[in-house]
Amino acid sequence: MDSVFGYALKLLLTFDKETYFIAGLSLRFALTSTIFSALLSLPVGVLLGLNRFRGRRFCITVLNTLMALPTVVVGLFIYALVSRSGPLGYLGLLFNPSAVIIGQSILSFPIIASMVNTSVERLDGNLRETLVTLGASKFRIYLTILSEARFSIMTALLAGFGRVIGEVGVSMMLGGNIRWWTRTITTTISLETSKGQFGLALALGIILLIIAFTVNFITHWTVKHER
Amino acid sequence: MKNRIKASLLVLLLLLLAVAGFAGGVQEAADSTPAAPENPRVKLATTTSTENTGLLDVLLPAFEERTGYKVDVIAVGTGKAIAHGEAGDVDIIMVHARSREDAFVEKGFGVNRRDMMHNDFVVLGPDSDPAGIAGTNDAAAAFTKIAKAGSDFVSRGDDSGTHTKEKAIWKVSGAEKTGKWYKEAGQGMGTVITMTDDMQGYTLTDRGTYLAMKDNIGLKVVVEGDPVLFNPYGVIAVNPELHPHVNFDGAMALIEFVTGAEGQGIIRDFTKNGEPLFYPDVIK
Repeated sequence: MDSVFGYALKLLLTFDKETYFIAGLSLRFALTSTIFSALLSLPVGVLLGLNRFRGRRFCITVLNTLMALPTVVVGLFIYALVSRSGPLGYLGLLFNPSAVIIGQSILSFPIIASMVNTSVERLDGNLRETLVTLGASKFRIYLTILSEARFSIMTALLAGFGRVIGEVGVSMMLGGNIRWWTRTITTTISLETSKGQFGLALALGIILLIIAFTVNFITHWTVKHER
Repeated sequence: MKNRIKASLLVLLLLLLAVAGFAGGVQEAADSTPAAPENPRVKLATTTSTENTGLLDVLLPAFEERTGYKVDVIAVGTGKAIAHGEAGDVDIIMVHARSREDAFVEKGFGVNRRDMMHNDFVVLGPDSDPAGIAGTNDAAAAFTKIAKAGSDFVSRGDDSGTHTKEKAIWKVSGAEKTGKWYKEAGQGMGTVITMTDDMQGYTLTDRGTYLAMKDNIGLKVVVEGDPVLFNPYGVIAVNPELHPHVNFDGAMALIEFVTGAEGQGIIRDFTKNGEPLFYPDVIK
């Protein structure tokens, strides 16, 4: 095992081209999908947290259920949709980065929406009334609430990012683990382990740990500040 | 406190940018092949054996350099590769299960099937050889003995070409493959060999993957040389009449290359520790 660790360290310290390409690709997929997902999940979370309407509880239950959805199930649904023999097949998305990003966006959507909802819910109930009394426009109200809840929103985004950076089901099924194209940290680890070669897998595992640590570190500081 | 958060966010951002930028630079370098054809990406679904051995790592760069095409490899079992071809999700398949390849062409899913190369299957087993089959060359008889002895046997169980062959041999042997000793892994060849090595059991593998992994495992070849163990690989283009969107030109160019003099030469010269892993079909 010594030599495997040595090899992994060598890959990391000599800035091995493929190792860092794979890590960069993973980061790009996870970042892009988190941003796409946020465009939809942020408004949904804020609306759910602010408004009281029939079926709201049900929506939250659905979100919480989706949060626990296995990545391979999400992968399977999207696969059936975007395969050439599926309804969206004409778009030619399967085995391309776009398919991975779509799948990952769907994975992080419920987490972000649900966490944003909770944090908006917890905001001072008087805030909205005060704003209305002051004659703020609807848009203005949403902006203020977003700004008030910015640290929790940051935490929610980091949680969404954390969910997708380490997932393997969607990346493998929708990306196809194509070298220099859709081969990410997790699919490489899976492939290299199946080949019985642990050096590159271990190096990428270390990078993944560093990313996870960084994300948790930032989350920790964000939460601490909020208090 | 606030400054510290800002600082840590900034650090993260810079880190991400650095890695992403690095990746972007590398990708450009990787894409800089000559003379790009109109539709340069060719999607190839193939078996785990061609990828796990490393053959594609030498074969495809030569093709890409020669033609300007870029091949996207999706390495799965033969069964799944054929399914990808039937659905039109890939442009070309490279597999090893002759009967299923013929069915694929007969049903109109594929055209222009070509013999590409061959090697053979072997049965791997531990030094202790609890079923006492080492040195025999009758695969079906050996399988019967494994079943009688109840020795661990790891099956691919994933509908791959190797799995298809394994099931055919069990059928000939007439042995019942039920019991705790028969383990269906549902994994690729490399994983199954590693598992078998761990359990000190038996398994069926193509010789190429075995040779590529030989240094890391303690298993030995216990059965070889039975004509039933012949393992031919074929390449088939996905039928463009059925799936008009496929990159048919790219698929045909790849078939031409791997069955042509240069590709066949690369296959012949691809060795591990001096032993050839595959034998070309078109040249000697």
